[in-house]
Amino acid sequence: MKQPVLEIKNLNVDYGLGDNAVHAVREVHLTLHKGEVLGLAGESGSGKSTLAYGLTRLLPPPGIVAGGQVLYHAPSGDVVDVLRLSDSELRAFRWSEVSIVFQGAMNSLNPVHKVSTQLMDVIKAHEPGLSRDARLARARELLKLVGISADRLDSYPHQLSGGMRQRVMIGMALALEPQVVIMDEPTTALDVVMQRQILRQLVDLRERLGFSVIFITHDLSLLVEFSDRIAIMYGGRIVEEAEAHEIYRNPLHPYSEGLLRSFPALRGPKREVKGIAGSPPDLRSMPSGCSFHPRCPRAFEPCPDVLPILGPPDGYTLDTRTVACHLHPATIAVGAKEPVG
Amino acid sequence: MTVSATPAASTDDVVLQAVKLTKHFPVRRSASQLFGKSRAIHAVDSVDIVLRRGRVTALVGESGSGKSTVAKLLSQLERRTSGDIRLHGESVSVHGGRPFRQYVRKVQMIFQDPFASLNPTHTVRYHLTRSLRIHGNAGKSGADLQRALDALLTRVNLTPPERYIDKFPHELSGGQRQRVAIARALGADPEALLADEPVSMLDVSIRLGILTLLRDLKERLSLAILYITHDIASARYFADDTLVMYAGQMVEGGDSESVTQNPAHPYTRLLIEAAPDPDRIEAAEASGLAGDRAAGEPPSLIDPPPGCRFNPRCPYVMDICRVETPQHFVVGDSAGHWAACWLFDASIPKQPETHAPAVQA
Ligand SMILES: Nc1ncnc2c1ncn2[C@@H]1O[C@H](COP(=O)(O)OP(=O)(O)OP(=O)(O)O)[C@@H](O)[C@H]1O
Ligand SMILES: Nc1ncnc2c1ncn2[C@@H]1O[C@H](COP(=O)(O)OP(=O)(O)OP(=O)(O)O)[C@@H](O)[C@H]1O
Ligand SMILES: [Mg+2]
Ligand SMILES: [Mg+2]
Repeated sequence: MKQPVLEIKNLNVDYGLGDNAVHAVREVHLTLHKGEVLGLAGESGSGKSTLAYGLTRLLPPPGIVAGGQVLYHAPSGDVVDVLRLSDSELRAFRWSEVSIVFQGAMNSLNPVHKVSTQLMDVIKAHEPGLSRDARLARARELLKLVGISADRLDSYPHQLSGGMRQRVMIGMALALEPQVVIMDEPTTALDVVMQRQILRQLVDLRERLGFSVIFITHDLSLLVEFSDRIAIMYGGRIVEEAEAHEIYRNPLHPYSEGLLRSFPALRGPKREVKGIAGSPPDLRSMPSGCSFHPRCPRAFEPCPDVLPILGPPDGYTLDTRTVACHLHPATIAVGAKEPVG
Repeated sequence: MTVSATPAASTDDVVLQAVKLTKHFPVRRSASQLFGKSRAIHAVDSVDIVLRRGRVTALVGESGSGKSTVAKLLSQLERRTSGDIRLHGESVSVHGGRPFRQYVRKVQMIFQDPFASLNPTHTVRYHLTRSLRIHGNAGKSGADLQRALDALLTRVNLTPPERYIDKFPHELSGGQRQRVAIARALGADPEALLADEPVSMLDVSIRLGILTLLRDLKERLSLAILYITHDIASARYFADDTLVMYAGQMVEGGDSESVTQNPAHPYTRLLIEAAPDPDRIEAAEASGLAGDRAAGEPPSLIDPPPGCRFNPRCPYVMDICRVETPQHFVVGDSAGHWAACWLFDASIPKQPETHAPAVQA
């Protein structure tokens, strides 16, 4: 039986208040299980980062969580609602329980300190008892893990390439051996050899240490290879969730299908690559019904008027596969029923 | 036989050219290293590159191999240690002041990172207006300016323009921000565009739009484009030529189809093999191929390995590779396809087991 680590229930995140509010994340239900890599994909602006920041309470103003719960199952067995933690509880929770590699994290390194100092500071905060030498050795080890030669320990951030800074951030996120690692576009600046090496390391570490990963990227082909399950977002909502290979072999939502078809192929004959027609919706004036309907090649009668519920299509259950599409109507909605256990 | 990276023909088309471009960053020695010679990071070593009118040249390669440094040297944001940069055949070395602005008007750069390149306290309108003004493309009236702004936003698919024009960078998603950065570069109406991973933060559907746009611009405006990317498939589709960089040096070059479909240098092969390919999951897991081959660490650039810098990781390494830097050898499958690899030196006899799998002609 899979054990949940994070349960996101009916999460809503807005930017701004009242009539001016932009609803960037809507009614999201998502469960991350122990030891699982959950991929989150979707076009630019679909709300992936907002979801990640919302659930860790790191939203930049004017972002606010407008409703929902984020239940964290600690290794001790305690269940806490992250959205209700006090500030001091929250500080402890971040980094040691959940660490996050931000999109564009390569700029969050402190420009005036050496990479070694910054890594050692993070280690010190977590394990104050360690000697300086032990911390240095650990920092060295972390850099090696992310493919940076040890003679660069004394480099300042501006002396590193974009991809090297990104790798330092990944090393930092792993330094504290957290339960959940959230990576928002962690490898956009890396070559594929390095990318593969780091993700492979991450997957190995996960097996050894048992942590879980939420992996956000628009690179669906990468997600298919490295995640167990994939959730696809559109206009702030999850529109499909399934095992990675199922999404790849048999996408049910026309949007998922469109995403998969929009990659140029490295191998085989060159083919015409078609993106998804049209552009992503304006969150301030979302289309009625299914928000994808204006771009959908298979839209039919109910789509412009009725919002499809996210739930298991015929032949699936709530915890195997869900989709929000009138082509594959669901009989029960995700979140309608309390999860068992 | 060796080839030069610049075939003699059609030199009139050359917009920007670098010859033996080199950049060493000095390293400050810490107390424990007071002895010994002065040390430097060999970020770029003797690199040749040619950008032609109406052509997209992709630059791919390992993270930290010097791609951004090449772009910064070409845009004069960074001073070269040695070598030459020529705009329309004339050697240029300008830093700051009016000559610098004239140079950047012709040679625009799009940065790797949209988060750092936009000023958070200013709106999209400010960024684009400033670029149009500095480069004299703002027109005469407020209406001209508005038209130019609308056109820029439309070009990068931020439509309708009025939805985006008065937004601050933090109000945009990562992808939207990068499109603003691209629009700003286009505001200068340049001859050469140095695009450092312009789409790595964009999702596939928008990425396609931007790449199609770049291709369009190269055709309509005859731009010479350097396209730095980690997405090799996109190099195949959108770049005429592809160059591969490893540890500060160019290791392979040629037309994109040959380089991506018939990679010659062992590093390029590793790179192509490692590209994500969902179809290959089962096969790769069975053979463990891509995972194992990707093993090995990138070399130190402070103390780079002698000879070919890839030799410590190369499955086909020969004695000469550890001693002598390979020149550019003809691969032979298509005109202009070369590799800096001793395997392609016809005069060296090779052991059967060290022989690279034959490259099909
Ligand atoms: N501070 C803000 N104020 C208003 N709107 C915002 C703010 N931050 C983000 N948004 C909007 O919220 C939506 C979701 O943004 P988010 O950054 O979560 O998207 P994303 O899926 O991570 O996209 P990307 O792939 O480009 O990173 C976007 O439409 C964006 O314009
Ligand atoms: N200002 C600097 N001072 C010292 N070293 C530097 C400086 N800028 C770059 N370097 C070093 O030069 C090398 C090449 O860096 P560069 O940014 O050009 O790599 P890149 O190929 O663009 O990598 P990525 O794909 O990760 O962006 C790296 O080892 C980097 O650490
Ligand atoms: Mg994001
Ligand atoms: Mg770079």
